Amino acid sequence: METKPVTSGQISPREAAIRRLKAQGVLDTDGRPMPRRRFLMNLALAWTAFAAATGSALAALFAFMVPRVDFTKTEVFKVGQPANFPPRTVDESFKASRRIWIVNDGSRIFAVSAVCTHLGCTPNWMENERKFKCPCHGSGFTMQGINFEGPAPTPLRRYEVTLADDGQIVVNKGRQFLHEKGEFDDPKSYIAV
Amino acid sequence: MLKRLKLAILNSQIKRSIFRVGIPNTDRKRVLIVLGNVFLHLHPTKVRTSAVKLRYTWCAGGLSFFLFLVLTLTGVLLMFYYRPTVEGAYPDMLDMRSAVPFGIMRELHRWTAHAMVIMVMVHMFRVFMTGSYKPPREFNWCVGVILLVLTFLLSFTGYLLPWDQLAIWAITVGSNMARATPLVGAGGPFSDFLQVGGVPLIHPGDDARFFLLGAREIGGTTLLRFYVLHCVAIPVVAGFLMAVHFWRVRKDTISGPL
Repeated sequence: METKPVTSGQISPREAAIRRLKAQGVLDTDGRPMPRRRFLMNLALAWTAFAAATGSALAALFAFMVPRVDFTKTEVFKVGQPANFPPRTVDESFKASRRIWIVNDGSRIFAVSAVCTHLGCTPNWMENERKFKCPCHGSGFTMQGINFEGPAPTPLRRYEVTLADDGQIVVNKGRQFLHEKGEFDDPKSYIAV
Repeated sequence: MLKRLKLAILNSQIKRSIFRVGIPNTDRKRVLIVLGNVFLHLHPTKVRTSAVKLRYTWCAGGLSFFLFLVLTLTGVLLMFYYRPTVEGAYPDMLDMRSAVPFGIMRELHRWTAHAMVIMVMVHMFRVFMTGSYKPPREFNWCVGVILLVLTFLLSFTGYLLPWDQLAIWAITVGSNMARATPLVGAGGPFSDFLQVGGVPLIHPGDDARFFLLGAREIGGTTLLRFYVLHCVAIPVVAGFLMAVHFWRVRKDTISGPL
């Protein structure tokens, strides 16, 4: 390779370029370019770091969307003494506030969910016909909440009822009982009268 | 085998519909790719190495934009847990610290906001000291001044949102200044002239302060008003002006060191 003689104090443009590239790390101290293996390693390292940073940022984003505290009000409340619910009656006083009926069918008192099992409307208690009737699609339920007409596929759900120390009935909407699972005979689902 | 796969990908409808040009193996194709890409076209095609020296730009404008992006991201996340109502705002602000993962998110938003105000002023100082406001860049200087005002307004409107004592009294003081606006402030100079047959046109029920608060006193209407301004109105205007600002930087080129 022909190199121009360099006068003292002066550097050829080629030499200057090589020195600059050495300073930038493109060429090593011997003037050779970066080995392919090292280039690929650096590339893999960079992409791994990028993927890790992006992945953890997305994971953190997902975690942020799940709150640590659920502020939904606790659905455990007293509805009164069992004597307030005479045999063979449907009590509608908690329908608007808690969306339940307290039913006394003559042998048991239980809390019936006022949510139609078809598409979630609120049925009405028809006192003359002695049945629950949903205004949306005409599903009908007996006093026990058993579906007998219309599109509703299952009986109305029931909630846990217990007796408090002062003798009042306590309804817990956090636990529900499903007829199709045979849970209506669970002792927690009714209060015997 | 690999070659055929590569050609199939390069010639596929999807690849061509997104990138328009084939393999960028000529200068023309490279330019077309930059022009046809919304992210790349914002960046100047030509930048002088001397002009991007950290020593010269301090990267203050770029850092301001980065802080704006951080604020946008953290702000949107905070919006998921904040209700701009008199009953909800303060408890929600407190709950963001413990009832939500990454309780630092609100602090991040707050400190980044402070940092952005400082950084925008640092950027302005640098532009002034390097004389980068001089022609042909005088228009971009004006856009920058508006962006500075918008940054202050974002900071001002965001200050009310925690809905604590500090926030309410700071906005009380700030909005009382609007009362003294000439002509359109009920207590300002020349507003007495605006009357018809002795009936004042400018009074506390319709002046600049009322416009700002949505009521005669700070309340739920003010909180909602400042929330919408803070989260939607001002960021949209600022984003639009930022696009203009960056476009002009590209078109006028970055000023070089003397």
